[in-house]
Amino acid sequence: MRLHDFPWRIGVGGALLGLFAVIAILAPVLAPYDPFAISGPPLVPPNSSYLFGTDMLGRDVLSGMIHGARVSLVVGLVSALCSAVIGITVGAIAGYFGGAVDRALVRFTEFFQVIPSFMFVILLVAILTPSLGSIVAAISLVIWPPVARLVRSEFMTLKTREFVEAARSLGLSHGAVIVREILPNAMPPVLAVGSLMVATAILTEASLSFLGLADPNMISWGYMIGSARSVFRQAWWLSIFPGLMLFLTVFAITLLSEGLGDKTNPNLRGNQPGL
Amino acid sequence: MRFAYTFLAWLPRALLVLVAIGLLNFFLIRLAPGDPATVLAGESGASDTRFVEEIRGRYGLDQPLWWQAATYLRNLATFDLGMSYRMQRDVADIITERVPATLLLTSTALTLAIIVGTLLGIRAARRAGTWQDTLIGAVAVLCYATPVFWAGLLLVLLFSVSLGLLPPFGMSGFIRKSGIAAALDVLHHLVLPVVTLALFYFAVYVRLSRASTLEVLGRDFVRSARAKGLSETRVLYGHVLRNSIVPVVTMAGLQIGQLLGGAVIVESVFAWPGIGRLAFDALIQRDYNLILGIFFVSSIMVVLANLLTDMVVRAIDPRVGRS
Repeated sequence: MRLHDFPWRIGVGGALLGLFAVIAILAPVLAPYDPFAISGPPLVPPNSSYLFGTDMLGRDVLSGMIHGARVSLVVGLVSALCSAVIGITVGAIAGYFGGAVDRALVRFTEFFQVIPSFMFVILLVAILTPSLGSIVAAISLVIWPPVARLVRSEFMTLKTREFVEAARSLGLSHGAVIVREILPNAMPPVLAVGSLMVATAILTEASLSFLGLADPNMISWGYMIGSARSVFRQAWWLSIFPGLMLFLTVFAITLLSEGLGDKTNPNLRGNQPGL
Repeated sequence: MRFAYTFLAWLPRALLVLVAIGLLNFFLIRLAPGDPATVLAGESGASDTRFVEEIRGRYGLDQPLWWQAATYLRNLATFDLGMSYRMQRDVADIITERVPATLLLTSTALTLAIIVGTLLGIRAARRAGTWQDTLIGAVAVLCYATPVFWAGLLLVLLFSVSLGLLPPFGMSGFIRKSGIAAALDVLHHLVLPVVTLALFYFAVYVRLSRASTLEVLGRDFVRSARAKGLSETRVLYGHVLRNSIVPVVTMAGLQIGQLLGGAVIVESVFAWPGIGRLAFDALIQRDYNLILGIFFVSSIMVVLANLLTDMVVRAIDPRVGRS
């Protein structure tokens, strides 16, 4: 058996992600200081009382890193969920009905796939003013096309199967066939791509807050790195450590997604576009 | 003839995309809290009623909504993107100045990502299941998981701050120097931004080209090529590559929009004088008219790039579009 075939990726990815989830949930208990409070002198390098140092204002970096897990995970999960709903709806309708409906929806999907999506997200968040809600809404609106394409192709093959014909001849409505008969069978590959959507959403949120488009009431990793840019030559710890958290989170999700993809559909590998 | 057909097939789609982007822009402004005229004027314009009145007249804001939309689209059709009231200049002019730098950055990064990604992907497919395959896969996942801005900062720390080899920012070759000195200056400043931008995309191409090479390697014509005694290298680069690169090029075409998004980040990190950096500055100043203009111009770049990839795909694989 090759190294590639072991489900170790699901194990390692899942464990890492679980760890981050625990950190996010228990953030107020785990963090030594309030992430927004001035808890020491400014720009203290990592030492025993400030494990990862302090920033320009004297805020504890470790506490920010712990609280930042909340924004990343919430934005990642909620955006992926919303985009999955959009993608599954569009893909299911297009694949199931075919014909003119399909052609129109494919054009619609293509439009969202080719537009400069990050610029669109920037515009949307800037215009709606940055908040957790506007960030999630903007991200969900641009990351759904891969899900829609996948669901569409699954539906196109599944709808010709006998069990669908049987359900139709029993008198089930189109809606019931789509939701109860075909969708459960189309879900496994969607799960793999959907989990990668979480990674895309987290990276997009981080880029947004790096550029200054962050929810002002919540600390996030991207925001920490972005606000430390002017001093990053002197105070490397301000950008290195929060970035490491981001990297590990996305790495864990990618591992998990690859593991799931291999398990559910060996042909899927390498077909997922990123941000 | 084939290319003329590609162009004719592309034109209506491209126009549709641009009209849709125009309408999107038009409605986005109306999403902002407050009067569109004050939004377009930016925060400084809010106190200056002269600007606000000028904008109201220019966009016909006292007319019905459909008329406003038609006016907006008509302006876009003549490449009239309005004024940046912050910079007191024509948006189209500001953007046009900045486009070459972005084109240079993104096209170099994309080329680098495709070449390195495809070569490594082929290598991984050829050695599928060995430690080389695993190593290449691992490198691709690591690059994919690294946030673009963080990668940029790390590279600056390593190559500029610690080693002092490459400049982190301050490219001036376009403006102050000329001839070979300018070219060398640009090249010197180009290395870090290009590598940063290419890192993320290269991971995608490694995986794509590995999968498509594996698929093509199983086809009959590969067996024939081997049977007639061709060396493995000739089989790979003479027969397999041409087929397995098609999905890579198609994906590259789809990703131009995302590449421009990546350019916003990279140009902000490295102070690269392109439209991405311009978008960042406009964002900080809440210069909405300028951001809308950048969004529209990037969309034009995307549809043009789509035409280019359509043509490249057709040149590589003449069967495409025949059915």
